[in-house]
Amino acid sequence: MPITIPPIDLLAVAPEIAVSGFACLLLMTAVFLKGKGGWVNACVALVGLAVAGWFALCQGAPRSAYSGMYAADGFTQFFKIIFLLGTGLVVLVSVKYNEEENMNNGEYYALLLFSTAGMMLMAAASDMMTLFLGLELLSISLYVLAGYARNRPGSNEAALKYFLLGGFAVGFLLYGMAMIYGATGHTDFAGIGREAARGADNRLYLVVGAVMLLTGLGFKVAAVPFHQWTPDVYEGAPIPVTAFMSAGPKAAVLAVMIRVYAQSVSFMHVDWLVWLSVLAVMTMTVGNVAALVQSDAKRMLAFSSISHAGYAMVGLAAATREAVASVAVYMLVYTLMNIAVFGILALVARKNEQRTKMRDFAGLARSNPVLAVSMTILVFSLAGIPPMAGFMAKFYVLMAAVKAGLYWLVLAAVLNSAVGIYYYLRFTVHMYMDEPEEKLPPVKASPALVVAIALSIIGVLLIGVVPSAYLEMAGRAVVSF
Amino acid sequence: MFPLLSVITFVPLAGALVLLFVGSKNENLIRMITLATGLVDFAFSLALYYGFDDSTHAMQFVERAPWIKSFGAEYYMGVDGISLFMVMLTTVTCVVCYLATWTAVERNVKEFNISMLVLQTAMVGVFCALDFVLFYVFWELMLIPMYLLIGVWGGKNRIYATVKFFVYTMAGSVLMLFAILVLYFQYHSATGVYTFDVLKYHAFAFDKNLQFWMFLCFFVAFAIKVPVFPFHTWLPDAHVEAPTTGSVILAGILLKMGTYGFLRFSLPIFPHASLAAAWWVSWVAIIGIIYGALVALAQEDIKKLVAYSSVSHLGFVVLGTFAFTLRGVSGGIMQMINHGVSTGALFLIVGILYERRHTRLIAEYGGVWKVMPKFAFIFMLIALSSIGVPLTNGFIGEVMILVGVYEANAVYASLAVVGVLLGAAYMLWTFKRVMLGEITNEKNKDLPDLSARELAYMAPFVILVFLIGVYPNPVLKKMEPSVRNLVGQVAKARSGGTAVAAGVRAPDGLRRE
Repeated sequence: MPITIPPIDLLAVAPEIAVSGFACLLLMTAVFLKGKGGWVNACVALVGLAVAGWFALCQGAPRSAYSGMYAADGFTQFFKIIFLLGTGLVVLVSVKYNEEENMNNGEYYALLLFSTAGMMLMAAASDMMTLFLGLELLSISLYVLAGYARNRPGSNEAALKYFLLGGFAVGFLLYGMAMIYGATGHTDFAGIGREAARGADNRLYLVVGAVMLLTGLGFKVAAVPFHQWTPDVYEGAPIPVTAFMSAGPKAAVLAVMIRVYAQSVSFMHVDWLVWLSVLAVMTMTVGNVAALVQSDAKRMLAFSSISHAGYAMVGLAAATREAVASVAVYMLVYTLMNIAVFGILALVARKNEQRTKMRDFAGLARSNPVLAVSMTILVFSLAGIPPMAGFMAKFYVLMAAVKAGLYWLVLAAVLNSAVGIYYYLRFTVHMYMDEPEEKLPPVKASPALVVAIALSIIGVLLIGVVPSAYLEMAGRAVVSF
Repeated sequence: MFPLLSVITFVPLAGALVLLFVGSKNENLIRMITLATGLVDFAFSLALYYGFDDSTHAMQFVERAPWIKSFGAEYYMGVDGISLFMVMLTTVTCVVCYLATWTAVERNVKEFNISMLVLQTAMVGVFCALDFVLFYVFWELMLIPMYLLIGVWGGKNRIYATVKFFVYTMAGSVLMLFAILVLYFQYHSATGVYTFDVLKYHAFAFDKNLQFWMFLCFFVAFAIKVPVFPFHTWLPDAHVEAPTTGSVILAGILLKMGTYGFLRFSLPIFPHASLAAAWWVSWVAIIGIIYGALVALAQEDIKKLVAYSSVSHLGFVVLGTFAFTLRGVSGGIMQMINHGVSTGALFLIVGILYERRHTRLIAEYGGVWKVMPKFAFIFMLIALSSIGVPLTNGFIGEVMILVGVYEANAVYASLAVVGVLLGAAYMLWTFKRVMLGEITNEKNKDLPDLSARELAYMAPFVILVFLIGVYPNPVLKKMEPSVRNLVGQVAKARSGGTAVAAGVRAPDGLRRE
């Protein structure tokens, strides 16, 4: 069989090229800046993200590129925007933090950009090879980022834990992929779907493979029971990195799960419905209940991010077109609000992250009322209370699930969100109703952080009050499903 | 057309936005702006009252515009004879509250007033919204300022109380949210239309079995809000810890949202389920009436006493509502207004005492009438109104409910009478212990009587007590077409679709012209 080289579609991968290119540029500037002027690095990173965003916006007609390995459709585009937005917010959150922690160098931002490229590749993957490439690019960058505060033992522990467990999970993933390939003879999702739909003889291998794939992806999205690494890693990693990990990568894995389970092996929809529903309920419940008892804000947010992945998985289980759109909107909103919350936490935690306890928020309403109000809006949004975007996002997901007839799953989700209220309220309790234990100079947000918080609050209120445009955008993005 | 309802809803929010730009040192300016906002809003609501056409049950002052197109959710506002009075009650109570907090709140005045104004917007919105999503947004939005009011400006145990309040209410609300979504898709699968229009749901006959489960979800949400026994445990905590105005708003308006929810949603959307549930809801209401009154008798803290009396009074409202008779339901609405007036006033009275002595224990008082005669007079009037003595508003409401319930079931009515008697007992006994006799406590010797401002904010409630008590017709007349329509909807379900049933006969007892 002669090897044909597929036509090169540069426009489809332009965002990835831009992000990777700027990441390389950052490695160069880092050399010339010699550790000084970290904000230049941040600016370069932001420009890179903006350029990539522009490329993503003018991606052109939906198409399949590189002989079916890469899908340049509306779905990819929507998720790319989420990733770029998320990484942009993380860069803004990082500037001052990194300066204080003395880690404001080019490599940090380069790693952020590389992992963003990985995420984009994942969202665009329509082949297991592309998927694996993206996932590894993302993961390896994240392992390094988790340990970036190299003088802090916690950060080192996080990196090591993440690396070891992550490596283990990738083993499952690869083995699953191999099984699926063995059963169907295809690596592209469409081919697998076709082959499987014919009722292959090797159905057992296919199911085992798909379950192993689910295990690997479940690890990455921190679905219960594959979540054990999350609290420690999230707690140990530098706060901006935690913010990054909690949003973008989750969205990327969910995008992959949607492609694999809602599209490719959807012939076994009923089976996946049960599996994914069980995972979703466990993820929501365990995340919520564990978050209830935390006294450390960072750890609490880690658990709460687990439960948020659970809500998104409710939409995944429904697996209709609306559900897919709702998951996309959910991840957009979640990215917006969660990163800003971590940004505020980074500020309150002060130097060396010594104050990440919930009660360190005490008295914030007096010392910095604007910041306290921002935090209030954001946590109420996370809790899913209208008129904030968190409510609309949740509403959209629940709506899709009700439409798919998953009543009991929706009941579990709404009861969980009632439980979730309790721990989100603790932020406001401390900020407004509690006296600080010791007198500290008031915290002051850096301009970059102010921009990040302002952006996310505007987004949260806009999507919360007039969600029409965003929902329609998401609706258009998923027409291919 | 002038968007009157939107104006009434959002004027307070605009006031809150103005306050954002006022320096927090200018406390008096902040209070003035808040009060002015409240008065303007009240003036608009008067326009609503006088512009209201009492010859139809149709929604009036309707405003609708597409909001979330992909869901079919709309910005849809309107009032009928039921919600009109809830809106009026809200605007009046809020003005009174803005006056009453003048000196009671000294800490974070700006934040307090902003919270109050946002709360007012949400409350008016709840009563005007005719789209489920819009309703839910206002319904939940209301929780945030109330949570802050109790949590920041409350008493010693405020954090426990406010979190309990929030989580309880939220637990009910999310069940309602679930039910709303189920109805939405049921409606769509039957008609092919995606809509959250409440009136469309009224006109649609949902499957009886579905009705039962959906009724339960809504019931829990509203029962927690009312609160109906046994969902009442958050109420005493919240009331005792809340600042005076928080309690007034809580008792005067927030609790009414539960009973309003029964009237606006449960009865018309689930008539079959409502009829089927009437017997146990009535029993639960009766238990609430008697239990609330008995527990109130045993209280040593005046505020807790008033809080438990609310449980008892709201039990009457629920009982009247689930009698499905014209008199019962109108009496229920009447009693919602009355309870807002008299219990709101009682909380203000407790607040006045508390501001002077910083205690709410009944045992600390006694003989207060000697030093505060004006106060004693007003307290007496309000206590009588709460008991339901003729010529006061409470009488009208209670009698209508009892007659309405009697028409439906004599046993329920006779049991409810026990609650009336107990109500008289705890109210009069409290009045005696606090106000009458000799001054036994040295500290009460030189309590100042009511100031002009205090008289000013008690005045609207005192006027309303007599106005409604002596001449309730304007109120009844305005609500009649809507109530008649509501009762008709339930009756239609009872008779299986054939027109007029027992509940809709001429309301001879209502018309006293």
